Amino acid sequence: MMDKSLSLKSARTLQITYNLPISRTSKFWEGLKEGKVYATTCQKCGKLHFPPVADCGDCGSSEVEWTKLDGEGELVTFTEVFVKPASFSKEPSYIVAIARLKEGVKALAWLTGVEREDVNVGMKVKLVAKVTSDGRAVYEFVAV
Amino acid sequence: MGHSRFGDRSDVNLSELSFEAIQPSLETSGLTAKDVPYMALGSMGVWSEEPLPAVVIAEYCGLTGAGLVRCEAACASGSAAAFNAYSAIRSGQMDSALVVGVEKMRQIDTPTVLEMIGRAGYYMWEFENFGMTFPAYYAVHAVQHMAKYGTTEEDLALVAVKNHKYGAMNPLAHLQHEITVEKVLSSSMIAWPLKLYDCCPITDGAAAVVLASEEKVKELKVEDPVWIEAIGVASDTANLSKRETYVGLDASVRASRMAYRMAGISPKDVDVATVHDCFTIAEIMAYEDLGFCEKGEGATMVREGETELGGRIPVNVDGGLKAKGHPIGTTGVSMLAELTKQLREEVKPKMRQAPMKNYIALAHNTGGTGHYGYVTILRR
Repeated sequence: MMDKSLSLKSARTLQITYNLPISRTSKFWEGLKEGKVYATTCQKCGKLHFPPVADCGDCGSSEVEWTKLDGEGELVTFTEVFVKPASFSKEPSYIVAIARLKEGVKALAWLTGVEREDVNVGMKVKLVAKVTSDGRAVYEFVAV
Repeated sequence: MGHSRFGDRSDVNLSELSFEAIQPSLETSGLTAKDVPYMALGSMGVWSEEPLPAVVIAEYCGLTGAGLVRCEAACASGSAAAFNAYSAIRSGQMDSALVVGVEKMRQIDTPTVLEMIGRAGYYMWEFENFGMTFPAYYAVHAVQHMAKYGTTEEDLALVAVKNHKYGAMNPLAHLQHEITVEKVLSSSMIAWPLKLYDCCPITDGAAAVVLASEEKVKELKVEDPVWIEAIGVASDTANLSKRETYVGLDASVRASRMAYRMAGISPKDVDVATVHDCFTIAEIMAYEDLGFCEKGEGATMVREGETELGGRIPVNVDGGLKAKGHPIGTTGVSMLAELTKQLREEVKPKMRQAPMKNYIALAHNTGGTGHYGYVTILRR
């Protein structure tokens, strides 16, 4: 019965590209292009935030300062994505890792330059800034 | 209550599929569509053409005029709709309400479904540059659980084998075939270490339940009502990186404790449970988070058959999300429909009926990767 299901292809298609506002965190994105990864520190309660924020949800203050992260960290968990979303279909499989940085915050990013078989929970990694071949400012983990 | 057949339902549109669940739910409760003052719909709907599904479904099913809302709590949207309707009745404003879950996920291609669900973490920090998928979000939990507690890929496979066993007994389930550990372990890699058979399928389906006040239940002369004793709600951070650990879901812990406290029960009082097994690791974490066992002992429960029929606490004996299927917003409502049948001891076929002692059932429904936590306790 299901093989005989009839359907119309919708005549109206939709392609959506979102604009992602970064005015209040622009130093983070500029920093990546200069090879630096910044977090923000709340000037009222001292909380370090990564990913960076313009407002501190912990205490409600909007007085935050930029703090450059050293990047050294220890891998907490990871996976390798084989079945990819439509917009990543051209990528080879990629390892996504979460690591705890020595400043105390954690980050999620791709772990590159290493095979999954050589990746272990607890291994030392470094969070580094990178500009991709198509000009996007990103950050990733590399093994150390 | 009403429940459509789950699966590839390309034979019906969103409204027709909803009708399959709504009409029986009205008939069995003694209401007509015109009597329903309020409908809460659980649906993500991003794979369907209708941006206002509650309105479209209400018109098709004769409910126009009722108060309407579509609730979003990702994969827990159905439970969110139930909480919304329950609150409307508890407030005294409504004497009854219809809770509907519907999803038509197979109207678009699979990579785009993965895209839509993968974006449903923290888009900016997890998807835009890193392409996280839902299997990947749960895979990072599996990896840490395995590293910390010695849980194995075989343990994960046992969850799938168990749930497929019951799915094969459920005529409404999407996947009605049994599988073996070997089949799970040799299935294609999705997000290491999760393989195809560690993952729930992409499913179409609808479910509906009617909720009513005590007074209305008497007026309708409902013979065998099942009562909502409690609905616990909680949440966790959008960014996975902001959580302390990945061996459990804190929102499940907190929602369940709230529900136990409200209902005045403890986990050992539960006769049967449905838990949110979108991935095999999720079921193992759920045993622990809900207090069915100590942290780190979830794999032991499945190894020893404690969550099978005849075990200490049967879990997902309808096939779970894993085999019954997981039409995102439908799941929470489907759980309520299944547990109502269990509590009334009218499960068909009889061989997957859980034995009742306290006549207490628990539904655990997670939205996102523990972003939304809902735990509902039912009693007959």
